Amino acid sequence: MNTNTAKPKDTTIAAEPTPGSLMRKRIFTHWGFMIGAFVLIVIILMALLAPYISPGDPFDQVLSRKLIPPIWHDSAKVTWEHPLGTDKLGRDYMTRLFYGARISLLIGFGAMLISGIIGTALGVLAGYYGGRVDMVVNFIITTRLSLPVVLVALAVVSIVGSSLNVVIWVLGLLIWDRFAVVMRSATQQVRALDFVTSAQALGCSTPRILLTEIMPNITNQFVVIATLEMAHAILLEATLSFLGLGVQPPEPSWGLMISEAKGMIFFDPWLITIPGLALFALVLSINLLGDGIRDVTAPENRN
Amino acid sequence: MFYYALKRLGVAVLVAVTVSILSFSMVYLSGDPAVALAGEGASNEDIENVRRIYGFDQPIIFQYGNWLLQAVQGNLGHSNYLKSPVASVIFERLPTTMLLGACSLAFALLLAIPLGVVAAIRPNSIIDRIALSIAVVGQAMPSFWFALTMILWLGINWRLLPITGTESWMNFIMPSVALGYYLTPAVMRLTRAGMLEVLSSDYIRTARAKGLRPMTVLFKHALRNAIIPVVSLAAVQFGFMLGGSIVIETIFAINGLGYLAWESILRADVPMMQAIVLVLSVFYILLTFLADMLNAFLDPRIRVA
Amino acid sequence: MSKKIEKTGSNRVLEVKNLNVEIPVPSGLLRPVQNVSLRVDRGETLCIVGESGCGKSLTSLAIMDLLPSKAKRTCDEMRLLGENVFGIKERAMSDLRGDRMSMIFQEPMTSLNPAYTIGNQLGEALRRHQNVSNAEARDRAIYLLEKVGITAAAGRLGQYPHQLSGGLRQRVMIAMALMCGPDLIIADEPTTALDVTIQAQILHLLSELQREFHMGMVLITHDLGVVARIADRIAVMYAGQVVETGTAEQIFNAPTHPYTRGLLQCIPIPGKTKRGERLGAIPGIVPSLVGHMDGCHFASRCSEVQARCQTGNIELAPAKQKGHLCRCVLAQSGPSSELETGEAAV
Repeated sequence: MNTNTAKPKDTTIAAEPTPGSLMRKRIFTHWGFMIGAFVLIVIILMALLAPYISPGDPFDQVLSRKLIPPIWHDSAKVTWEHPLGTDKLGRDYMTRLFYGARISLLIGFGAMLISGIIGTALGVLAGYYGGRVDMVVNFIITTRLSLPVVLVALAVVSIVGSSLNVVIWVLGLLIWDRFAVVMRSATQQVRALDFVTSAQALGCSTPRILLTEIMPNITNQFVVIATLEMAHAILLEATLSFLGLGVQPPEPSWGLMISEAKGMIFFDPWLITIPGLALFALVLSINLLGDGIRDVTAPENRN
Repeated sequence: MFYYALKRLGVAVLVAVTVSILSFSMVYLSGDPAVALAGEGASNEDIENVRRIYGFDQPIIFQYGNWLLQAVQGNLGHSNYLKSPVASVIFERLPTTMLLGACSLAFALLLAIPLGVVAAIRPNSIIDRIALSIAVVGQAMPSFWFALTMILWLGINWRLLPITGTESWMNFIMPSVALGYYLTPAVMRLTRAGMLEVLSSDYIRTARAKGLRPMTVLFKHALRNAIIPVVSLAAVQFGFMLGGSIVIETIFAINGLGYLAWESILRADVPMMQAIVLVLSVFYILLTFLADMLNAFLDPRIRVA
Repeated sequence: MSKKIEKTGSNRVLEVKNLNVEIPVPSGLLRPVQNVSLRVDRGETLCIVGESGCGKSLTSLAIMDLLPSKAKRTCDEMRLLGENVFGIKERAMSDLRGDRMSMIFQEPMTSLNPAYTIGNQLGEALRRHQNVSNAEARDRAIYLLEKVGITAAAGRLGQYPHQLSGGLRQRVMIAMALMCGPDLIIADEPTTALDVTIQAQILHLLSELQREFHMGMVLITHDLGVVARIADRIAVMYAGQVVETGTAEQIFNAPTHPYTRGLLQCIPIPGKTKRGERLGAIPGIVPSLVGHMDGCHFASRCSEVQARCQTGNIELAPAKQKGHLCRCVLAQSGPSSELETGEAAV
């Protein structure tokens, strides 16, 4: 071990990289993050550009051209006019898939925003004030958790009536629990740090401390939960639509597309497989992105 | 321990009461329940009749008190559609859902806990990566699509399993997998994280320093401590699963509580909906209470205060 | 139980030659323990002293084969009671751990499993290594708990760790280490986590027990006051190496390595150190142990540093008296011979 006697002492210690370059390196070497981001961007582009890239119209029914299989099927009916085929009403499946991405993203984002605001408000208050406030918030969280989400959402939608807005609001009002739980513990941790104590000692007002001292330090956790909850909301919307109480026909929701194709599982299973895969890819990409953000922003918490 | 149990019980009862208020107020979501109940095209007189018969003319607090009093006595109301007591219908369907839930839970735990343990023993190994991939993929799969895909391959293409019904244990395989797999990722991750933490703890080093066999260290000293948080999670997830059974039971035509819930939602059978929400919530509250007690039993720091 | 090493064999309980520990870290290969040689005889206390991070604890974990899985150890020789214990199967090693050699750890608060009673945790080592009944294990546990100064021992057996104070838990840990009547006991800073008043009690207890059971003991500490009271021999470690070793008198009366001298100047001596007088301090910081390091590890902080300190490998070589070894060019009269360094096991 003492062979290389002439080696200077410091060569093994590399120059310290800057935080920015470290972060960039972590992002670009994180496979999950990169794949998730790529797939999500593709789906977002699909949704945004749906009117321009779609082969047809999502509502146009051509009954003479119904149930054309997608082009990789070995069938005389396949045509490049309908790359993913047509559904039982002769609507172009690829077009409906593109427009369906809009609904999934819209509902996912809207519900996430509503639940994020509710959950963060509750969690930050509970974490910051502790004591009685914390007890009350905990009680609210426990109560919310004891309500079965799918069932309550279905029941409420069925009573109130189904529309895109109703679905967004019902989901948003139901799935804030994880936001509240995580934001609460994150706030508790930040609150105990010295800079919050010194801000309090300086006489800063509570709203000011919450906004300028606490909030910036819990943004990472918020973003992570936001991605997970967006994925959650998308899955729930698909479930509601699948059960017939979410997005209503003829809107092209992926869950609804699977529901409409349920009866054709024996002869045209691709009608189920295609929107299912799209849903799976969207949710997976958002989850991967969320996990990636968590790893990249807090690499020490990876396990 | 007794004081702890009492405190937990108090919170549980309070939550149950809150939930009962919420599910009671479901009737008022649509506006005037008497109008809704009387149906379309009912005359004002009919509506007034309904209002009187159902007690909607009384102050809300009386209505709620009455409803709760009846509910506590086991009378959950009368189904508008089935024209029979809600409670008897629910308890007729409940065992099927419980059986399905138990099978799903067993499937999930038997898959997730060993996987989590193995992943934690060899972190970053191939097994660990496979386990984590299963978790990531599992969390992204919509359960209804997973169920339909299983029906397509296992039921239709390969004809291995029956598609619908509850005649034999074979019928329960696909629904249990479809319902249980959703729970697997969370349990696996928690088991893995718990085991990783425990395995690096000082008392595991002590156990090894005593010369104990690796299996003793792993199961007696490590798993026993790592499993404590998993118990709570399993209880919580079991509750969620019963709520999620509505999807699976609908797909596989299993005549349980979930299917009943879906039927009553389609029929706008509000008393039935209310009762099912209440029953599932109370069951969940009971479950988490029992999990707390089991935790206290497993963790002497709570039990022997 | 596999082959049992005869208790009546050699008088040399532990012999370690050229122990190295390597841990891969992101910036390279960390070498926290380098060419450490140690020996302990029956009835003898060897104290390993040095500041935090000098490799004391990793040395003891390496001897027990309890290093974290990432860390790799190599050595020329490691013998327990004359038998080779290096590179033997985990199964054979676990037969020895807790039976012939046992260890007491630094953190009594976290070193006991919260889920099991004291009695359970005391008894399991004995039941694992020796074919005893539960009643026998219980009797032995009570006997040892009384030995380590715990009153109402029988009643303690049913208690859980969280019901005991830190001092009591460390006493339980000591009793646990003694369950099988080991020949070697390694105590890794056993009193660091305890109150000052309890520290003295525990150390006193340890040295008494060591004499009574005629064990070899390795005591790891950074407290020179402790060392002065109970050490037979001392090994001073700095930056992964043993820099000086000898009997307690040799080290305290004629410290040879500049680091040892610096350490000794840091402790106040009642009666000798004047009130208000500044205590000694060693300037500078410990060098990073990542990668290969040339020359004397202490060179960057040494007040007597010379050009020849910076290069080559400085061996542990005999100082003036027999058994006194020092890793410093100033202490070496001539070039050290291979024979001498070969025998230089501490």
